[in-house]
Amino acid sequence: MYRYDEFDKEFVSKRVAQFREQVERRVSGELSEDNFKPLRLMNGVYLQLHAYMLRVAVPYGTLSSKQMRKLAHIAKKYDRDYGHFTTRQNIQYNWPKLSDIPDILEELAEVEMHAIQTSGNCIRNVTTDHFAGAAKDEIADPRPYAEILRQWSSIHPEFSFLPRKFKIAVTGAPNDRAAIQFHDIGLEVKKDAAGRIGFAFYVGGGQGRTPMIAKLINEFVPQEDLLSYTEAILRVYNLYGRRDNKYKARIKILVHEAGIDKIREDVAAEFARIKDSVLKLPDEDVTAIEAYFAAPEFKELPNVSTAFEQAKVRDAGFKTWVEQNVTEHAKVGYGIVTISVKKPGDAPGDASSAQMNVMADLGEKYSFDELRISHEQNVVLPHVALDDLEAVYKALVEADLATSNAGLISDMIACPGLDYCALATARSIPVAQSLATKFEDDERQRDIGPLKLKISGCINACGHHHVGHIGILGVDRKGEELYQITLGGSADEQASVGQILGPGFPSDKVDDAIETIVETYLQNRTSKDEAFIDAYRRLGAEPFKQALYG
Amino acid sequence: MTTPLKNTKVITANRLIDGDAVWLGTNGQWLDRVDNALVIESKEQLEAQMVIAMKSDADNYVVEPYDIDVNVESGKVVPTKFREVIRTKGPTVRTDLGKQGDFQAHAA
Repeated sequence: MYRYDEFDKEFVSKRVAQFREQVERRVSGELSEDNFKPLRLMNGVYLQLHAYMLRVAVPYGTLSSKQMRKLAHIAKKYDRDYGHFTTRQNIQYNWPKLSDIPDILEELAEVEMHAIQTSGNCIRNVTTDHFAGAAKDEIADPRPYAEILRQWSSIHPEFSFLPRKFKIAVTGAPNDRAAIQFHDIGLEVKKDAAGRIGFAFYVGGGQGRTPMIAKLINEFVPQEDLLSYTEAILRVYNLYGRRDNKYKARIKILVHEAGIDKIREDVAAEFARIKDSVLKLPDEDVTAIEAYFAAPEFKELPNVSTAFEQAKVRDAGFKTWVEQNVTEHAKVGYGIVTISVKKPGDAPGDASSAQMNVMADLGEKYSFDELRISHEQNVVLPHVALDDLEAVYKALVEADLATSNAGLISDMIACPGLDYCALATARSIPVAQSLATKFEDDERQRDIGPLKLKISGCINACGHHHVGHIGILGVDRKGEELYQITLGGSADEQASVGQILGPGFPSDKVDDAIETIVETYLQNRTSKDEAFIDAYRRLGAEPFKQALYG
Repeated sequence: MTTPLKNTKVITANRLIDGDAVWLGTNGQWLDRVDNALVIESKEQLEAQMVIAMKSDADNYVVEPYDIDVNVESGKVVPTKFREVIRTKGPTVRTDLGKQGDFQAHAA
């Protein structure tokens, strides 16, 4: 795993000291809120409905057990004993006092963590596949490239005041688990005919009030040009991106208005100018970063684990959990465990400090000291030997973390919504809790099969409703919370934006509406093998509209 | 002669040091609960109270004060918008947190 070098350490410590001083100056009145707000945002501090909120970066979603324990410690000491894992692979604390935040940042720095660039109009935390370095379908581990981008983009003076925020995602596998086509820049690691590593570059994707699928701007950019091509895109955006209208300031609008051909041309011109500059990535630099992400020392294990097979026969609950929450690993004899932080009835993505400590212990004992945060708000143990799965499962049962619903309808993404967020127009969490409880029966949800259900409490779409196979958007209609339903969204390599089905529903009718949609799917699917999204693509919206609205 | 407001109002903000939601009471005091907030009935009173609130902002006690519509129901001040009701209590999904949680803790 990546370790801070001297530059990182010094930089983060200095930033903590600077922010401590900025807080003191704000409290003493030397800084007004107008002066202070951009500074606090650059350090991940928002002011929400009930309190400040601190968003801590988990670079590319990877963290060690020590880091997870520190997150738990902060939740217990400075917050209300829990944290919220986000769709940007970060963690948010909902209740810190402003006066405590410098101390929190100092504690984070002790374990090489920070909150820098988790907010503001800068390049945000680079995200990636939560199965990186473990997935069977991977061409290359995307995290070294995410780390290279992190180093390049951290306090990049030219890109610290962009027209708007800028998000980059990288996938190392053709099966996109990082939603790259819904990012400002999406990168797919590829190999050319000669076996050289490079990237397909997508640009101009995003959700929010104007959802857009990113356009392919370059089919193959060689590895050595990763930074210069990315910088060329940022320069074109920084120059032409609109600063006069917040709602038209993202690169997706620029790409949409200027057209991808014009943007490609401008980027190519800038790239030609800078491609042989200091940004050129020498192979040895990439190799040095890759060394930080070297595969752990896996044992040579047999394909079949007798202990594991016997445990599945003995314990039906374990068998179900394995089938749903354990993914095949690239290395024989190992599995990738998805710890669902989506127990029906609980707030999606919320984990207590005790649960974080359990996950940290399991990561240390069974997964080579590695954990991941997924953009689906779950926690992943990337490298668990099949022999150890039963012990992991038992520990998770004890910690109330063994829900067998990864990828199913009750594994919902939900933003904090109006219960916490100053931007929200409707609540998300109670709707998600009610739906997850409604569909919690293992047998039923497994019969329904893979289904991405996502809810946002406002048009900013932090709950990714646009890319839900079923999406729910909460809005305020004359003081009443109303929920619009969209169908057909998808964040994977077959990216699509969900289409609004019809008029919205009050909160007490949402459960029934989703039930009707699910029943319509079950009645119309060709077989159990036809997943919801495939059935929708074949059938279109009409049968669902008919069933819902007559 | 005063100009009555269409809706009665109170002034609210977040406290600078901890971000806690607060409401303006009489004599320029900021209260942790909406119950005893000063209910404003006229345009002139609103302007005068907003001057007091903005002074607290300038004095770095609160952040960005604003007015909200309220009704007085059975002697209790109740915001008309759900967002503001949530601010007076806490998250609807965690009744142990926020103002409602403080109340539970004191009652226990």
